[in-house]
Amino acid sequence: MSDLLHGEMVHLTAENPEVMGPKLSRWNQDTGWERFLDSDPPRLFSEKNHKEWLERNLEKSDEIFWAIRKLDDDAIIGFMGLFALYPQHGDTLVAIAIGEREIWSQGYGTDAMRIMLRYAFNELNLRRVGLIVFEYNPRAIRSYEKAGFTHEGRVRGAMLRDSKRWDFLYMGILREEWLAQGMMTS
Amino acid sequence: MAIDTQLFEGKLIRLAPIDHEKDPEVESRWTHDLELMRSLSQRSAMPLSVAQMKKKYEAIEKEVEESKKLFYFTIRGKEDARLLGFIRIEWIEWTHGTGNLRMAIGDRDDRNKGYGSDAMQLILRYAFDELNLYRLSAMVGEDNPGAVRFFKRYGFVEEVRRRKALLRDGQTWDVIHLGLVRDEWLALNERVGHE
Repeated sequence: MSDLLHGEMVHLTAENPEVMGPKLSRWNQDTGWERFLDSDPPRLFSEKNHKEWLERNLEKSDEIFWAIRKLDDDAIIGFMGLFALYPQHGDTLVAIAIGEREIWSQGYGTDAMRIMLRYAFNELNLRRVGLIVFEYNPRAIRSYEKAGFTHEGRVRGAMLRDSKRWDFLYMGILREEWLAQGMMTS
Repeated sequence: MAIDTQLFEGKLIRLAPIDHEKDPEVESRWTHDLELMRSLSQRSAMPLSVAQMKKKYEAIEKEVEESKKLFYFTIRGKEDARLLGFIRIEWIEWTHGTGNLRMAIGDRDDRNKGYGSDAMQLILRYAFDELNLYRLSAMVGEDNPGAVRFFKRYGFVEEVRRRKALLRDGQTWDVIHLGLVRDEWLALNERVGHE
C-alpha cells in the first residue's frame, strides 16, 4: 500500500527543518491559531529558533512531526504529529494544526486525521489514539467527532484565558472502533 | 494559619531535600519493585542501578532549577531522617495555575502507616496556599484501585478515562486522570476544621 500517507485532499510528508521552520514561524504569529493549539502563552520566536527547535525534536524516537500538503498544488498547509507514543501499550496522542486560516472548515483536517489514524493502526499497530482539544474550539471538536473520536472526559478549568476558565477535552479512538467504522479502506 | 509556619513539617514525616549520598542506594532498591514502578508512570517499569539513580537525582535538581515547573521533595521520617518516599508537583503551568501530583512510599513495609497521608496534607497546603495553584491533577492506572481511593480521600474527582491506555500482563487498563480544584480543597478543609 504505497499510498498509505495519501488521502483524498492531502498527503503527509517528512520535511527538512529549513522548510517547516519558516512555516511555523509565520503561523506562530497568528495568536488565534496559537491559542487553539497550545496552552502555553503565545510568544514570538525567530525563524532560526523554530528551525533549531525542529532540529532538536525531529530526532525523537517517540514522536512524529509531518507536514500536511494539499494534493492539488503540494502546498504545505499545516502539520500532523504523534507524541507520548508508548509502543509497549499501543497508545499515542495525536496533534494536528492547519496553519492556513482561509482553508479551515473545508475538510482538510479531517482528511489528514484519517490518514494518520490509518498509519497509527495499520503501520504502527497501535491500539488507541488519543488527543486533547480545548473547550473553546468547537470546530476542532466537531472534526474529531467526525473522524471517530469518543469523548473521554474533561480536565476542569485547565486553562485561564481572557479571565475565564476553560476545560481540556480528552478524546480517544480504539482500534476496534476504527475498524468497525470501516475506515480501513477510505 | 499563621504566616510564620513550617510548611514542610508534618506529624510523622517531613518533606526534605535529596540526600545525594544516601538516597540513591535506597531508591535504586525501590526501582526493583516493578509493581511500584508501574504505579508511577506509563513508561515501562525498569530497575535502576545506584549510579543510574544518582544521575536521575542530578537531572531532577537540574530540572527543578532550570524549568521552574517542578517541585520535588523527599519524604523522610521525623525521628530518624530515613528516606520513605518522594512527592512532586510537576508540569506546572503558571499562567493557568495547574500542576500534576506524583508520589510514592517506596518500601512496602512503610505503606499504610500514615506517611503518605501526612505528606499529602503538606503538599496540598503548599500547592494551594504557597504556589497558589488553581488545580492539581493526578494520573493513576485502573490497575491501581488503592491509589484511586487514596486520591479521592483528599477530594480528587475522576475527570478523564483514557480507555485501554495500558497493556500489562496481557490485559488492558484505563489511565484515570483525577483532579482537585482549589475551592474544593478549601471547602474540604473547612469541614474538617483546619486552622
